[in-house]
Amino acid sequence: METTFILNLSYLIGVLTFVFGLRLLGSPDTARKGNMLAAFGMTFAVLVTLFIPMEDAPNNYLWIFGGLMIGGLIGWRTAIKVKMTDMPQLVSILNGLGGACAALLATTELLPYFQGTLEMSSTQLAIGIFALLIGLVSFSGSLLAYGKLQGLIKDSQVKLPKHGILNLVMLFTVLGLGILLSFFSGSSTLFFIFIGITLIYGFSFVAPIGGADMPVVISLLNSMTGLSAAAAGFIYQSQLMIVGGILVGAAGTILTILMCQAMNRSLLNVIIGGFGSAGGAVIGSDSDGKTAKTISVTDMAIQLFYSQSVVFVPGYGLAVAQAQKTVKELEDLLDKNGVDVKYAIHPVAGRMPGHMNVLLAEANVPYPKLLDMDEANDILPNTDVVVVVGANDVVNPAAEDSPGSPIYGMPVLQVWKAKNVIVLKRSMSPGYAGIQNPLFFNDKTKMLFGDAKHTLSELTKEVKTL
Amino acid sequence: MEQFIAVFNENLFFIYLLIFTIILGFEVISKVPTILHTPLMSGANAISGVVLIGAILLIRTAGADEYLRLILGLLGIILGTINIVGGFKVTDRMLDMFKKKAK
Repeated sequence: METTFILNLSYLIGVLTFVFGLRLLGSPDTARKGNMLAAFGMTFAVLVTLFIPMEDAPNNYLWIFGGLMIGGLIGWRTAIKVKMTDMPQLVSILNGLGGACAALLATTELLPYFQGTLEMSSTQLAIGIFALLIGLVSFSGSLLAYGKLQGLIKDSQVKLPKHGILNLVMLFTVLGLGILLSFFSGSSTLFFIFIGITLIYGFSFVAPIGGADMPVVISLLNSMTGLSAAAAGFIYQSQLMIVGGILVGAAGTILTILMCQAMNRSLLNVIIGGFGSAGGAVIGSDSDGKTAKTISVTDMAIQLFYSQSVVFVPGYGLAVAQAQKTVKELEDLLDKNGVDVKYAIHPVAGRMPGHMNVLLAEANVPYPKLLDMDEANDILPNTDVVVVVGANDVVNPAAEDSPGSPIYGMPVLQVWKAKNVIVLKRSMSPGYAGIQNPLFFNDKTKMLFGDAKHTLSELTKEVKTL
Repeated sequence: MEQFIAVFNENLFFIYLLIFTIILGFEVISKVPTILHTPLMSGANAISGVVLIGAILLIRTAGADEYLRLILGLLGIILGTINIVGGFKVTDRMLDMFKKKAK
């Protein structure tokens, strides 16, 4: 009686720390406290679950502490060592592990039923199957996302022709099997087949989604792991797991919606596998007959040094080149000369939501200097020089003025309204979406080719001599 | 249909909990600035490691000779703990970097 009360009370406290923790995570000033609060609540709930006396429970503490030690050590070391440029990979893999954990629980709880040693109602069964399905898809999907982000797997290696249709067929198969197992008949063989196909479906689900669409898929997988945790919570009748899981599901869903809005595309469109990449045709009517102008490092250094306002527009290229600290160095030099330097961040720049903010924060750029899209578009017309570092589709004017373009309607940073634009880019190749960018051929635009980090450090050297 | 009604009536409390938590989740999180998107995601991610609770309960109630349960549960504990510890720690590391103007 009393122990149940203590357990329930602890879980209630845990739930409250999650809710308020997430609330505090919504504002830069309180975010760190929020994270700590949720971590504290989690630790507390875990400790109580560990030590609360249970009748006739064998406890098996050796197994539990072994697992906690191994997991804790791996988690801590990884979190300390990971480079900020590798954050999208880490978030994916951690997310996948959460999904795997939920799937393992569901498997362990359901298996005795399919072996005929335990009775379960079809409601329990259906919830268990749901937790298993979502957990498995989240696990194998996150693994593939990790592989893609880490550069181990190329999009083209896993994308099959008509992949959208294949995925639809697989989805129906998986759902059909799940319903069959929940409500009609089931054997342990069928149960394992279900697990196998669902794992493959998870891979296949993420396979056609790549490049600039990664922020959407990462937040979507995140929300799925939350849902699987919540469903697992129903198996254990644990309100803490249910509430925690649903909050995560909501957070992931909100981010997914935001990312889709930032690209002006529906979730379905992203999942089916993107921008006319199937056709592969490069659309770029503006480029006809025009050539892009280039600028030298010396000229660019002078131009930056003697302007009043400079806005950097970072993209995934910044992360690839690991150039965030070099940008900051340049910013400091310009700042000393009285140049007003800001950064304009598009919501889907990079490979996960908020990717650029994390990178620039790592380089000690104070966050009031980071402008979101609306703020940036307000000041861009009065900006002397815009420097685009490894971004492409998010600064493409075709999104506003050519209705035939695949990215037409996507909100973009209107860098062409600034007085001058300099684009740092490795080559003239089009961005992820395979769409030519008329910005490069604009009269105000000059190109500087090369690795972003190298170019920026050359620039820094030049500025120092001025 | 009868079965559905029965399930609904039996689990009314959980259905309420489900609905109100969904609403609460959207209300609490809906206005997050771009700068916090990644920490929110990784922090939420760490919270989804709450499945660890289930894994602990699973092992605590497993018989000492039920090796399949023990091994699967152990694996669950390891994965869940990595998720929680790694998630909260890396979120903290990131948030530590977000500073206001120093000068």
